[in-house]
Amino acid sequence: MDLTALAADVLDQARQQGATAGDLVIASGESFSAGIRLGKVEKIQNSQEKRMGLRLFAGQSSAITSTANFTQSALQAFVTETLDLARATAADEFSGLPAQSDLAQDVPDLDLSDTNALLTVEEKLARAQEAEEAAFASDSRITNSEGAEFANASREMVYANSLGFCGSYHTTSFSLSVVPVASQDGGMQRDYWYSSQRKLKDLEAAKAVGRKAAERTVRRLGAKQVRTQDAPVVFEPEVAASLLRHLASAISGAALYRKTSFLLDKLGEKIAADEIFVEDHARIPSALGSKPFDGEGLPTRQNIVVEDGVLTSYLLDTYSARKLGLQSTGNASRSFADTPAASTTNFFLRPGTIPPEDIIRSVRSGLYVTELSGFGVNPVTGDYSRGAVGLWIEGGEIAYPVEEITIAGNLLDMFKNIEVIGNDLERRGTISAPTVKIARMTIAGI
Amino acid sequence: MKNSPADSQSQFLDQYDLTSRQLEQVLETAVERRADYADIYFESQTAEALSLEEGIVKKASRSISQGAGVRVLAGDKTGYAHSDEITQETLQVAARTARAIAQETTQTQVVPLQSTQPHRDLYPLATPPIAVPLQDKIQLLQQIDEEARAYDPRITNVLASIAVEQKNVLILSSDGNVAADTRPLLRLQVTCIAEDGTTRQQGSYGGGGRVEFDFVYDAARWKTFTKEAARQAILGLEAVDAPAGSLSVVLGAGWPGILLHEAIGHGLEGDFNRKKVSAFSDRLGQRVASELCTVVDDGTLPNRRGSLNCDDEGTPTGRTILIENGTLTGYLQDRLNAKLMNMQPTGNGRRESFAHMPMPRMTNTFMLPGESTPEDIIRSVPNGLYAVSFGGGQVDITSGKFVFSASEAYLIEDGKVTRPVKGATLIGNGPDVLTRISMVGNDLKLDEGIGTCGKEGQSVPVGVGLPTIRVDGLTVGGTQA
Repeated sequence: MDLTALAADVLDQARQQGATAGDLVIASGESFSAGIRLGKVEKIQNSQEKRMGLRLFAGQSSAITSTANFTQSALQAFVTETLDLARATAADEFSGLPAQSDLAQDVPDLDLSDTNALLTVEEKLARAQEAEEAAFASDSRITNSEGAEFANASREMVYANSLGFCGSYHTTSFSLSVVPVASQDGGMQRDYWYSSQRKLKDLEAAKAVGRKAAERTVRRLGAKQVRTQDAPVVFEPEVAASLLRHLASAISGAALYRKTSFLLDKLGEKIAADEIFVEDHARIPSALGSKPFDGEGLPTRQNIVVEDGVLTSYLLDTYSARKLGLQSTGNASRSFADTPAASTTNFFLRPGTIPPEDIIRSVRSGLYVTELSGFGVNPVTGDYSRGAVGLWIEGGEIAYPVEEITIAGNLLDMFKNIEVIGNDLERRGTISAPTVKIARMTIAGI
Repeated sequence: MKNSPADSQSQFLDQYDLTSRQLEQVLETAVERRADYADIYFESQTAEALSLEEGIVKKASRSISQGAGVRVLAGDKTGYAHSDEITQETLQVAARTARAIAQETTQTQVVPLQSTQPHRDLYPLATPPIAVPLQDKIQLLQQIDEEARAYDPRITNVLASIAVEQKNVLILSSDGNVAADTRPLLRLQVTCIAEDGTTRQQGSYGGGGRVEFDFVYDAARWKTFTKEAARQAILGLEAVDAPAGSLSVVLGAGWPGILLHEAIGHGLEGDFNRKKVSAFSDRLGQRVASELCTVVDDGTLPNRRGSLNCDDEGTPTGRTILIENGTLTGYLQDRLNAKLMNMQPTGNGRRESFAHMPMPRMTNTFMLPGESTPEDIIRSVPNGLYAVSFGGGQVDITSGKFVFSASEAYLIEDGKVTRPVKGATLIGNGPDVLTRISMVGNDLKLDEGIGTCGKEGQSVPVGVGLPTIRVDGLTVGGTQA
């Protein structure tokens, strides 16, 4: 099916039926996953999916609809229904497509697809099996497993609007994950490791994924609570990334114009320690968060959001930018059944110069966090309280594993109290960070 | 609404121009490579959402989806393939893809399809909410905005949304079973932003279920929800830092039942127990809670958000006693795990959509009432925390450690509820937290109908419930050490 022609056709029908403007996104693709558990095939899943998300304007009123039925007659009714819905909503003076002059002029090839990677089902299963085997082989305390999974997907994305923009790009993704279970003295722990990439060749070796998963799991055995106290907290990269996730939500357009962000009115102000430098970069070749144009057809770019601890930019789409009297930062993200909203592309904290081992060595008595749980973050105030798992540091050395504790503070204070940034940034997902040390937080335990 | 499997079967078949015989052929293809079992799951869904902010309903969305999946079970292996194109050919392709895992020695005969499901309708609605005119919903949202702003001048913004959906499912299996369900769902959500000088806070409240649109007007529920959201936002403006450390905690009735969902519910799902990766594995018959505790999962409560006429494998839902007077008595099962554990399916095989495989999930999970009055329970605590409203929760089923985050809580000082405190996460250990319940109230309440549970990337609507209880020695994650 020619999705570009389909997009043009639907927009044409919308115009004929009286829409004053409109845009749409179409995605079509397939995905596959294969799971192994205890050395045997456990599950295979295959999916074929396509979906269209249509936004139509009747003047300043708009509506969004989504469907997977692309037959001629269904689409005609779909357009009618969307317009009816649009006419029912209130006019909003800030709504509308971006200015024509702001639309992307070209669609750069960001090398997001790996079409040469043709693996058979057996080869995919073999990788999952190898990863799980490596986990079992690396430590005798790995006694069980929730399994290993290999997954891959391939997707074609098309975005078109009534201003004449029509762009498309193709992405692929590959991932491998393992969840081993370790036991000792009647206690049981699980952890995981994974690798996820646009290109098969960039995927971490199966054995390495398995070994890392085992190592992360085994080090949790025998975990205990610590007493309630204030202490320094070191976030390993996987969990440090979650702090950036909170930052990203707080500087995204909707949270700002709704005044639900603890970083409201902080543009140009110091919000973090001097060494903090955070960027959102949409055009890193082959990266998981990269895209050539955003969810409204604007060119994507590199945005520096925090420089020397000062908040230098928000993440905006066209609507939130208009509400705030600013320009879009090219961060519109588009889901099928919702209006475009600003979100991150590749969002990361730039690394410092200190090796993670030295950061741990700098702590006399404190926590090295390896996992966080729960939803105890208030976006409006920045108040922060989450469940934590990790390792206790005594005299600069890892002493014993801890669990059933919480760490609490306020995000603004936490950002300002970042004392050391590690040199170990690895872009493993779309949001990433190196090891980070926060000078002091409240740890609750016994 | 017609809800019988036969009606539903003929509707789906007519829509996609398929015959019953063709579907039997698909199932025959699926079990041909010596599988134990196969099923076809058809789904069609329409969802609609309207939302208000800054005083106007500026957002409306509607989403239509349909698709089918073919699943093949062989031993402990599952093959699943699905597509949003529904034709005899795509179903046959799906069946051949899904059966790739089957290499068993059993021979399975496809039993001719025949509907034997007893007719039951837990949510018979004269008018499903999806069929209510948009204008009625828009008017409701505008009323909410006015009500919230009238509550207190410090309420500076109101976000209100109404989401409704109608989902039709049809399940046909190689053992001849045909089951169908027509599932309406409504959810109203109100969030208020309060501002006082430089201090800002938000409060949220909502409710719904498998109910008619008029549900929001019965007993002026919409007003109650709105006032609650506004009250919580205003209350938050004056909240003091929460305590940190191990405390006696009194949980209010209703939504704090999320404790049960996280602390024991997930750990009692059949898949984790078959694989022996749950902190509750091999503990049936053992004491896991105080004698005061009896906990059930009940998918048959009329009109509740977590209820279903049948689960997503076609098994009628039921009432499963998980813990009886402190003793672990049951797991939540789907077909696959029940069979492998020599147990009966409990009607808990659920999936988010046709794009997902079913697995054991909760429906409505709650604790039966005890004898104490809520006042006596609070009075019994010299110093502690009284938590009445919560955000989400999470659990590590292997270590048993769970968290749930209080969004409205107060200090208890000398047996009296005193100052409101800021939100804090509570953390505990699933297998022993219920043993430290020292009082259970006589005031069981189910939540208002807002819960969504996530597991392995799949979201499903659920319910929880709890009487007021006292738990001793729960770690409270505040900042006042």
